[in-house]
Amino acid sequence: MTGLDPRIADALAHLPEYLGAHVMLSFSALALGLALSLPLALASINAPRLRWAMLALASVIQTIPSLALLALFYPLLLGLSVVTKTLTGAQFSALGFLPSLLALTLYSMLPILRNTLTGLLGVDAAVKEAAMGVGMTRTQSLFQVELPLALPVIMAGIRTAAVLVIGTATLSTPVGQTSLGNYIFAGLQTQNWVFVLFGCGAAAVLALLTDQALALVERLLARRERSSLLIAAAGVALLLVAGGLTSLYRADTGYVIGAKGFPEQYILAALMQQRLNAAGLAATTRDDLGSAVIFNALAAGDVDAYVDYSGTIWTNTMHRTDMLPREAMLREIGTWLQANHGVRLLGPLGFENAYVLAMRRDRAAALGVHTIADLATLAPKMAVGGDYEIFARPEWRKLREAYGLSFRQERQMQPLFMYKAVADGEVDVITAFSSDGRISEFDLVALTDPLTAIPPYDAILLLAPSRGADAALTRALQPLVGRIPVERMREANLTVSRESNQTPPAEAARHLWTAVSK
Amino acid sequence: MYPDGRGAVRGVSLAVGKGEFLALIGTSGAGKTTLLKLINRLVEPTRGTLRVDGADIAATDPVRLRRGIGYVFQGIGLFPHLIVAENIAVTLRLLGWPKPDIAARVSEMLDLVRLPRELAGRLPATLSGGQAQRVGVARALAAKPSIMLMDEPFGAVDPLTRDALARDYRNLHDALGLTTVLVTHDVLEAVLLADRIAVMEAGELVETGTTQSLLTDAKTEAARALMDMPRRQSERVNRLSAGAAVR
Repeated sequence: MTGLDPRIADALAHLPEYLGAHVMLSFSALALGLALSLPLALASINAPRLRWAMLALASVIQTIPSLALLALFYPLLLGLSVVTKTLTGAQFSALGFLPSLLALTLYSMLPILRNTLTGLLGVDAAVKEAAMGVGMTRTQSLFQVELPLALPVIMAGIRTAAVLVIGTATLSTPVGQTSLGNYIFAGLQTQNWVFVLFGCGAAAVLALLTDQALALVERLLARRERSSLLIAAAGVALLLVAGGLTSLYRADTGYVIGAKGFPEQYILAALMQQRLNAAGLAATTRDDLGSAVIFNALAAGDVDAYVDYSGTIWTNTMHRTDMLPREAMLREIGTWLQANHGVRLLGPLGFENAYVLAMRRDRAAALGVHTIADLATLAPKMAVGGDYEIFARPEWRKLREAYGLSFRQERQMQPLFMYKAVADGEVDVITAFSSDGRISEFDLVALTDPLTAIPPYDAILLLAPSRGADAALTRALQPLVGRIPVERMREANLTVSRESNQTPPAEAARHLWTAVSK
Repeated sequence: MYPDGRGAVRGVSLAVGKGEFLALIGTSGAGKTTLLKLINRLVEPTRGTLRVDGADIAATDPVRLRRGIGYVFQGIGLFPHLIVAENIAVTLRLLGWPKPDIAARVSEMLDLVRLPRELAGRLPATLSGGQAQRVGVARALAAKPSIMLMDEPFGAVDPLTRDALARDYRNLHDALGLTTVLVTHDVLEAVLLADRIAVMEAGELVETGTTQSLLTDAKTEAARALMDMPRRQSERVNRLSAGAAVR
């Protein structure tokens, strides 16, 4: 396959896994949505109040942003999982498939419910009376006359739901479910537009094909051949069972390495996987997990290891507002994690990825800004850009209070666009990441923090409670501790996320290891 | 049948003899259709008693009752998703007839209402108005009912087709020994088909009599007003046929 863009080759290599998971997830959700919505619609067809309540509820669910709904199901299921474990001893995985399935099922219900009810209520009253007149019971009239006549409207609802679910399933990546969204999330983080387009295109093609397949089912159903009905029902049942099984039985693919949704995390996860493989241990990575999801997933054992940052754990997980010297903070975090979650802190990797305020070098020089304190008088005329989390995090509140900062505008954006935005003058300051190679790439300057309002963000390797005493795992990962200097990490980050001549994260991880293990 | 009480129909006392052809006439909203639906419990009476073959129908299962009574609907009411054969067979299937018997009966019914058997596989939407009406009659007759209820069955077709349909049905009524209650707002149709006519006005039965007696000797104003129309029409036709000058 010479001449093929390596990014396209990379995308194609992931296609069977991503597409397979995407199909399984969205079809299961659709089947479950159907299995719930149709009986509900039939039960409420003669109960106007129930009908109203149901449609109102379904509409409200539809207005919850998809990403939020997906994320909300994770803690909910996690709690449920703990309950079932204490009650029955059996534990199910609350990460990935199940929360995505439930959220997407809820999404699929509104169009199916609404169209089924609209279709049934729209059947000509004269035809319904004729059904009674020829001697049909209420049920016979429903199944032999009203449902067949409402079929086109019901199928239109099912097709709408299918397209909706297949599109929304791309958002299940942050709760740990592999989907075509993996292309989109990874692509957005690494400026890999081939990935983004590939993910969108694949989801669109899948949605179109499914829509056409459902149109075919509709024609078969309209012919009222018993065999075609059976085939359709069997197909739906099969998908449902298969979907249920994959969700309940976690495939034993070895250790699961988690990664949050940015390049450095992809590289470190790939690096850990390579180290485990080199030690003869099987391992997979789960990229793009949400910041709120990943720690809980580790504590619950859905993820075996990942890299977090000391300041993040300190302020966001432990809710501490005081400040300790670096070493003391690390010790206290380690003790706290072990005591409260059974999580083991294997050690710091050796570099820090801190939040830093960064400006264009020439602009900072012209304004005479060297430290964050210098910004205090200028801030009311300045716009600051940051990632989706920072302005809601306790660190930001602390920083503003410590320096009396009050920016004219706080703009949230993808970290990918942040550096370019400050370089182009769209914003004056950004909350950059200290290990990001783009700080030097865009000729920015990081402002110092003389009041140490921002905690240290040492990259720390965390192990799940059940893996704390796993000798094989710790032996394979121990060499990473204290091994990675920030310059090397910056370099690796840049090769993955620069605009041209990109390296895939796994490749960057190999280079990084070669560089640091010399 | 003795329905009683306030509502669309009240104070009606009416008996239909076996083998009789009764027409219910009256202006729109007089309660003709409601009275017809009371007979097979598509409408339930708030007061009063209805008897079919001597038995109070309130005590019978409405579904069983309806399967034993043929009903031809206003606007035909064929099932648009079922082909002609399935429409005709619908009550037979509900009664659990064996498949071969159903197929034979469908062919028989198509012959009976004088429709070509090739129509069996067509959907109602592809039929002409007259053909659809005949299918409606065939469906009502398929399960061999002794009672037929017909609600404006020959409306919505051209006059020639309508006349042919009506005459064909009267022949079937006689040949099969049916008891028929026909609702119509077309007085001439009632006069030409029925043995007896019941006149309704504002939910009440104002007069009942044989067709002949009502034509010549109506007691009430409402009946006279209705029956006057066909008489004037026929007198005019007679004068025209006799070559008299007509203004």
